[in-house]
Amino acid sequence: MSKRYLLALYNNFDEAEAVVRELRNSEIKGFNAADDLVVKSPIEHPEVEEFLGEKSVKVQWFTLGGALTGGLLAFSLIAGSQAGFYSQMKGGKPIVPIPPDLVLTYEMFILGGVYITVLGFLICAGLPAKRSPLYSAKVSEDQIGILVKGDDGSMAKLREIFTRHKALEIQEEAGR
Amino acid sequence: MGKDIREDIAWAQINKDVLKSLESPRKLYWVIIFVALLVFSVGVGCEIYQYNTGMGVANMDNPHVWGLYIASFIFWIGMSHSGTLLSAILHLMHADWRKPIYRFAEAMTTFSLLTAGLFVAVHLGRLWQVYYALPYPSERWIWPNFQSPLLWDAMAIFTYLSSSILFLYIGSIPDLAICRDNIHQGWRKKLYTLLALGWEGTDRQWRNFRVTYLTIACFLIPLAVSVHSIVASDFAMSQQPGWHVTSFPPYFVAGALYSGCAAIITLFIILRYVFRFEEYMTLPILKKTVRLTFAIAMVWTYLNCIEFASVWYSHDQVAKDVLIQKATGTYAPFWWAMIFCGSVVPFAMMVKKWQTNIPVMFAVSLLLNLGMWLERWMIVAPTFSHGYYPWTWDHDQWPSLIQWGIVFGSFGWFTLLFMVFCKIVPSVSMYEVKEMVYHRSQARKKEERAVQEELAVKGAH
Repeated sequence: MSKRYLLALYNNFDEAEAVVRELRNSEIKGFNAADDLVVKSPIEHPEVEEFLGEKSVKVQWFTLGGALTGGLLAFSLIAGSQAGFYSQMKGGKPIVPIPPDLVLTYEMFILGGVYITVLGFLICAGLPAKRSPLYSAKVSEDQIGILVKGDDGSMAKLREIFTRHKALEIQEEAGR
Repeated sequence: MGKDIREDIAWAQINKDVLKSLESPRKLYWVIIFVALLVFSVGVGCEIYQYNTGMGVANMDNPHVWGLYIASFIFWIGMSHSGTLLSAILHLMHADWRKPIYRFAEAMTTFSLLTAGLFVAVHLGRLWQVYYALPYPSERWIWPNFQSPLLWDAMAIFTYLSSSILFLYIGSIPDLAICRDNIHQGWRKKLYTLLALGWEGTDRQWRNFRVTYLTIACFLIPLAVSVHSIVASDFAMSQQPGWHVTSFPPYFVAGALYSGCAAIITLFIILRYVFRFEEYMTLPILKKTVRLTFAIAMVWTYLNCIEFASVWYSHDQVAKDVLIQKATGTYAPFWWAMIFCGSVVPFAMMVKKWQTNIPVMFAVSLLLNLGMWLERWMIVAPTFSHGYYPWTWDHDQWPSLIQWGIVFGSFGWFTLLFMVFCKIVPSVSMYEVKEMVYHRSQARKKEERAVQEELAVKGAH
């Protein structure tokens, strides 16, 4: 069965929160609030997480992996190069001097951490992305958008919930 | 002190005001661009002459091998510090007054670093042989010296530059999406669409955005401290009189923060007027920035005294001679000007009514940065003019007009990059100002409710 999309715009978070709570509590056939509901907002809003329920963020794992890889890679490259310079006169000094090598290891630890964090962000946030089926520029201004996806049969009920909560605008589009 | 920002300002109005800055700034904007172009062309002309004629025209010789170029390099690296570092620290401390001013401060970081990078190339002289200096093993037996602070410096600055650009870019994505949604044609539309990456403000995007931004901020604080500590190591790890001082790294970091904060005040005042940002870059925010700058000025003054004391009590007679020569010799007017601008002028920031006086603070911020530029020059030049060997005692060397011209041109280059950026990317973060307004209005409503409940309870009794 083909999926359809509905986007409802609301004036403020209180109104949007009431709608989301109702959608989460409702049992509409062909609509699953956990997967088919997206809230779009102009600002980062901790309340959205509260009413949508906690969802895990995995960016930190990319950070950890990037930082450790960066640091290890730097140290192995530097120490490897120095170890290959044994033909040079070192005057009795260590071939691989640990304290000065730690400076570059530290820098690469941060560099790897930052780069891979950004990569993790792009992957986890699904960016770059194509425009979703329904989008309103009002969402980047001052309105809250609730985008739902459901079967043809669920559309009437979803629309009724949006209308009852006095949506400023409701857009509908057939999905892919 | 008044409010940092009006709580009743409409979100749509915030978009409108900031987007307007991308289209119609005051005429002064174009005057600044024109002057910056002129100043930059002086620098380019001097560099072309130096490139064709040779480094001799810079009047650098042995022992004066590091002239104004390296002093300016440190100045620009230092100026870059406050932007990202303060933005990151204030973000972690939830100081929301940073929100209207952090974007341009971060841009300042990026462009200062790009300007600093130019001086490395200018200082090298024979640019066509620049690859000789790159650290890779080759048949010419040029081995990378991983123990050299100069190599650490190159790596640290590259890390700081690329991380700062990413921090600036990631923080701008929601605003670039606003620009994409509101600008309907032309190259700008294409640019914003490309840079916004399809951002739609979904809960998933915001959730990951918050963690990413916080994580990069956490990385940038130790990174910024390490960068200027490493720049300080370029000096402190050498055996030159007056440089081999343990307190150099914190002294350099404090100096960097100081000059960066002073530059933030200067740019704050310019952008506030040029882009009509009076509603966002408010006087209470200026006051907070001024107080922060004063605190850092006092830290710098203290560390300056520590540095003098370290040299004075070090039993290193030549280092002591360099210090005496700074205060009484050829460089004395500049050294005392540094002390005056860096340690005396900041006391003007203690006068309450001056803290929000725009002309006074503009003049003070320029004097502070003059002092900080002189500081870098006074670190580099006097030591070279009085080394451990008597043959290095040449106190009368003076940088040539070519050197001065290139240093002068760098200010044009920085201004040009910065002002063009502010015309393309919103210099006030729209979504964060909305957050600031929202959270403050919520807090006010909460307070009002608490007062009403208290009154109701009293009435019931």
